[in-house]
Amino acid sequence: MKKTFGALSAARPVRSALFVLAAALSPAAAGAWPTWMRLPEQVSTYAPRIDDMFHLIMWITGVIFVLVEGVLLLFLWKYRSRPGREVHYTHGNNRLEVIWTIIPALICVMLALLSRRIWEDVKEHMPHDALEIRVTGEQFAWNILYPGPDGKFGTPDDIATLNQLHFPVGKAVVATLSSKDVIHSFFLPEFRVKQDAVPGMKTRIWFEANKVGHWEIACAELCGLGHFRMKGFVTVDTPEEYQKWLAEQSAAQAADNAPAAAAAPAPPAAAPEAAPAPAAAPEKGGTS
Amino acid sequence: MSTVAVPREAHAPAPHAHAHAAPTSFWRKYIFSLDHKVIGKQYMFYALFMLVIGGLLATLVRYQLAWPGRPLPFMGKLAPEGMPGGQMLPEFYNSLFTMHATIMIFFAVMPLLIGAFGNYVVPIQIGARDMAFPKLNMASFWTAVPGAVVIIWSFFVTGGAAAGGWTSYAPLSAVQPRGQTLWLIALLILGLSSLLTAVNFITTIINMRAPGLSFFRLPLTVWALFITAVLLLLALPVLSAAMIMLLFDRTLGTTFFLPTGLIVSGQPLTNAGGGQPLLWQHLFWFFGHPEVYIMILPAMGITSEILPVFSRKPVFGYRAMAYSMMGIAGLGWIVWGHHMFQSGMNPILGTTFMISTMVIAVPSAIKTFNWLGTLWGGNIHFATPMLNALSFVSMFVIGGLSGVFMASTPVDIFIHDTYFIVGHIHYVLFGGSLFGAFAGLYYWYPKMFGRMMSERWGKIHWAITFVTFNLVFFPMHFLGMRGMPRRIYDYTQYTHLKGLQPMNQFMTISLFVLGLGQLILVANFFLSMRRGRPAGNNPWHANTLEWQTTSPPPHENFTGRIPTVYRGPYEYSVPGHGSDYWPQSEPGGPAPAHHG
Repeated sequence: MKKTFGALSAARPVRSALFVLAAALSPAAAGAWPTWMRLPEQVSTYAPRIDDMFHLIMWITGVIFVLVEGVLLLFLWKYRSRPGREVHYTHGNNRLEVIWTIIPALICVMLALLSRRIWEDVKEHMPHDALEIRVTGEQFAWNILYPGPDGKFGTPDDIATLNQLHFPVGKAVVATLSSKDVIHSFFLPEFRVKQDAVPGMKTRIWFEANKVGHWEIACAELCGLGHFRMKGFVTVDTPEEYQKWLAEQSAAQAADNAPAAAAAPAPPAAAPEAAPAPAAAPEKGGTS
Repeated sequence: MSTVAVPREAHAPAPHAHAHAAPTSFWRKYIFSLDHKVIGKQYMFYALFMLVIGGLLATLVRYQLAWPGRPLPFMGKLAPEGMPGGQMLPEFYNSLFTMHATIMIFFAVMPLLIGAFGNYVVPIQIGARDMAFPKLNMASFWTAVPGAVVIIWSFFVTGGAAAGGWTSYAPLSAVQPRGQTLWLIALLILGLSSLLTAVNFITTIINMRAPGLSFFRLPLTVWALFITAVLLLLALPVLSAAMIMLLFDRTLGTTFFLPTGLIVSGQPLTNAGGGQPLLWQHLFWFFGHPEVYIMILPAMGITSEILPVFSRKPVFGYRAMAYSMMGIAGLGWIVWGHHMFQSGMNPILGTTFMISTMVIAVPSAIKTFNWLGTLWGGNIHFATPMLNALSFVSMFVIGGLSGVFMASTPVDIFIHDTYFIVGHIHYVLFGGSLFGAFAGLYYWYPKMFGRMMSERWGKIHWAITFVTFNLVFFPMHFLGMRGMPRRIYDYTQYTHLKGLQPMNQFMTISLFVLGLGQLILVANFFLSMRRGRPAGNNPWHANTLEWQTTSPPPHENFTGRIPTVYRGPYEYSVPGHGSDYWPQSEPGGPAPAHHG
């Protein structure tokens, strides 16, 4: 069973209280702050949890920032040089040292423990019963592979698209990332998804959309001169529309493959395996 | 280390044989000098020159971000291949930010903080006549010069300079044009230079302290540079090893970082196989994270030096300052994985690195609170060095706090490789290291050149820099929050980023002002050499040994005997003492128990 990834867990009152505080005080919730000071809209189920963590850190560091800079300015004003100023001669205070070592340490460890739970749920625990896809980066495009009607990869009915990622709302997607050439990074800003696609490695990530719409895939890891235009498109459909799209793709692909299949048995285009077998071929191509 | 002052023989012969008479020929005096003071100045000019180049590259980067694709006609003539007709090409843009970061980190900030201030200040502050190995010192500098020549040369080879980012992630860096090879060679040369420097600093500080100058009487600048040198000595070989492996992958057909089955531009790489791209990242960041502290520790030391002088008060928590620097240096070795949370490294390992990363915030917090404690109850003078040191403190707070966001693994998912990171590193490296360097420059200039810089122009320069720095770099956090990736030639390709152009334009215009403001520093720097008010030995009424000799100090630093040290470096406003400072070398009175 897939877990429910709500923002709160009743069993952990302290943690819940902290997140409620963060969420309540977050500029997004207040709605008062301009768009450019807010995180993008939240399209995945775990986006609110990540954003709550962001806002919690923002408030904690914000308070520390105001206190430290405030004290700094206060001291600069209060102890500015004046004739006859008596200097308080001291070499320090061990009790203070202990206090200001322990408090930051506690805050930092608390933040680490809170973060750990979200991180586990987002990156370690893959949901069962998910839609499996493969995403293979290359300079400078995203190859997206669907298992097709038989639900298996590496069969002729696999559906391959270029830069077009479709999936239904309300269903978890598990994507296996890899790359043909250099490292890319699969970035869906509104989904709070980012994961490098590394050649020679297969990295699994999951995400689940909570609304229907159109967004973009960005490449977040420098991958060469076309890095900036390595853009893909995300469409989150209703389940019915998704099935319709899948059927269309399947039909189109069958039509495309028919003449090609007659000439060469192997289906072109798609990268069925993340790391294609090494071909005995020309010398190392210096590309840029 | 015992803190009992054991006076050593003041005239212990240095463990090297160099002439005691000052050299007279032009070449020996100014070019191939063995004198640490000349070498320090050489490093300073070297670093400031490269700082200008790095800054100009940044200006071009920001121009493109403000007005993507808008031609810049004069650049069409200067760089016809990268900007034909003044129109910037994506690969040239990638070279620009790669070289901006490379030059700023390795050729500007490190030589300025370590090569220039370290070389100039450390021997005098510890009461030595020179570095332990003057010839090695000269060799360090003259090894760094070809490094700079190669890195600048790389702009002019086919395909342009390296364009794989300063992190040069493989396999991209393995298939880049020739500029990347020169990048590797330049950094290998420079790495050798830094290693020589590190050995020299460590030896000098351990062996050549003046009589009575125990470790816990050392100025914090010396502590900082000592720890920095240890980090350099241990971290650089790792980078060098990784770079040699990459160089072999590029030229000899090895496959350390190339996995099986790479197809680049439709061409299978025949020699690829068996390698692991993440190995590069592990090696690079194992060096790279200590490197961050290599660049910030000296600035922390300079700040800790200047705050007591201009607060007329002992530094608060001297030992806490020294121990926290050691803590940073120790923890710095186990946090590298936080650069790799989204790399495909096992997420469980991510949790481990998150915890160590959160913990390393603690020593930085300790230092910040001790700086505030130093100001508390002081008699604060706002001279230019102090203004820059205070800027270091306040900007380092921002850089430190923004680091907590990335340390949290789930938050890092979103902000990793976005402008949020770019904002963070600039608050640490510009707001931190560079303000620290400016503070040191204004503070030691009178010692180095015997004349004062203009206070008025120094303050104007500081004000412009401080304000525009924040206008350029603070909005980067907002860009990152909107999801704008770093290293991106044209973000307006993306619908969700189009709206960010006005903010980018604002930042770029602020950068122009920031850049122009630096001309004031250049003018002040050069004009004051001739026109500045004579400084005298000790214009700031400071305690450390460099202020107890002439400005500039004579050949071998001290006329007559090496001074004996009687107390810690920050004895300001000692109750019952006549003046509000008490030089380390001035006899009399029991040494305060705390430092003795």
